[in-house]
Amino acid sequence: MNGVDEAVRLHNAVVLLGSFPALAEASLVVKKGEIVLISGANGAGKTTLLRLCAGLVPLARGEASVLGFNLATQRKEAQAHVGMLGHANGLYLDLTAQENLQFWGAVVGASAREIALSAQRMGLHTRLLATTVAKMSAGQRRRTALAVLVIRRASLWLLDEPHAGLDAAGRDEIDSILREATSAGATVIVASHELERAGALATRRIEVVGGAIVERGAQ
Amino acid sequence: MTHNSTSTISVARAIATKDLRIEWRSKVLVNQVLPFAGIVMVLFAFALDNDGILQRVAPGLVWLAVLFSSLIIVQRTFAIESADNALDAIKVAGVSSVGVFLGKSVALVVQLLLFECVLVLLSLVLYQVHLSWGGAVLLVTVSLLANVGLAAMGALYGGLGAAAKGRETLLPLLLLPAVAPVLIAATRATESAFRVGGATLGEGWPWVALLAVFGALFSFGGTLAFGVLTEE
Repeated sequence: MNGVDEAVRLHNAVVLLGSFPALAEASLVVKKGEIVLISGANGAGKTTLLRLCAGLVPLARGEASVLGFNLATQRKEAQAHVGMLGHANGLYLDLTAQENLQFWGAVVGASAREIALSAQRMGLHTRLLATTVAKMSAGQRRRTALAVLVIRRASLWLLDEPHAGLDAAGRDEIDSILREATSAGATVIVASHELERAGALATRRIEVVGGAIVERGAQ
Repeated sequence: MTHNSTSTISVARAIATKDLRIEWRSKVLVNQVLPFAGIVMVLFAFALDNDGILQRVAPGLVWLAVLFSSLIIVQRTFAIESADNALDAIKVAGVSSVGVFLGKSVALVVQLLLFECVLVLLSLVLYQVHLSWGGAVLLVTVSLLANVGLAAMGALYGGLGAAAKGRETLLPLLLLPAVAPVLIAATRATESAFRVGGATLGEGWPWVALLAVFGALFSFGGTLAFGVLTEE
């Protein structure tokens, strides 16, 4: 039975990519309001762990629930409360930043005011909002994707290298947004190689080693 | 904290508007697909360089050109979703998959309609077929209903193949056999619209009814299957 104060519960979770066990009997409990840093070598299974929590990869064996929803049977219900920023930004390259925000706002039911506030928050000024994503720098795209994530108002934030490509101001802004989100009740799981930066933000750190999860304690 | 889920219609409208805006901006349909279809039709004319034969087979040639070109349009529709992995973002947003399917289908219908207008005009010039006002009404009805079927199957199989390896070759293998009934019915009805081989307008309308049945069946089936197939 999943505890009401748990955002994520994995028990001996196995995820197969083809025949390769990207997650091998991984067990993890993340409490609501935590900021958990996932570290680990390339290919260890960090991204797969995030994708499992987002309901993007099927569970081969074991148990997994997110925000009380069983991922084997209630994946869609769980996804409605999850926001994910992966390596890709999930943007439409031929649309402007403003059009991307409006699209995602329409899809998730955000108001025009929420869209404007999130754009302002991520430093997307008028000229940048009118620029097509294809013409933006990597950092500007990341900011736009983060603005989309803010619009989602998710209960569980899953971030894969969120600081990548951002300047110092952008990095500070992310940290501030994530702290704000957790004080409003959200839970954040961040996979990052930047242990110093993301470690300062996290309340707890885990390491993924060969598809298994190793607890590294409170930060 | 999380937003309440949006209605299927809102999602469909957002998806269709977004797809059409991207097409309007990138102009792939105008700059690439239309010239491709034009070349195919000219090549048909060279290969069947006999006025009698050309006029007789013109309806089939038009719909074959539509079918081949629709493969590119469908692939393009889903390529924009995978370019920056927006498809995953849509899945994670937990939005209605029926809304996504309907939005994609509507955008495809609009693009195919515009596309067919040009191809029909081209066929009048290249193949020298005759089109009366009554024939034009029949042809517009045929195009509308055939497009519903093509778009529904295109959205379904395009979505299924979007995340698959070798999607460029997978889509024709899946789509072409599935839309063969639409091709046959649309060609027969267009023969009546063009009055090919002594066909009358009245003979075309039963084929229109069949296209309506295909369109309804494919749309209904696509609505049920899209979520299941694309999620897995």
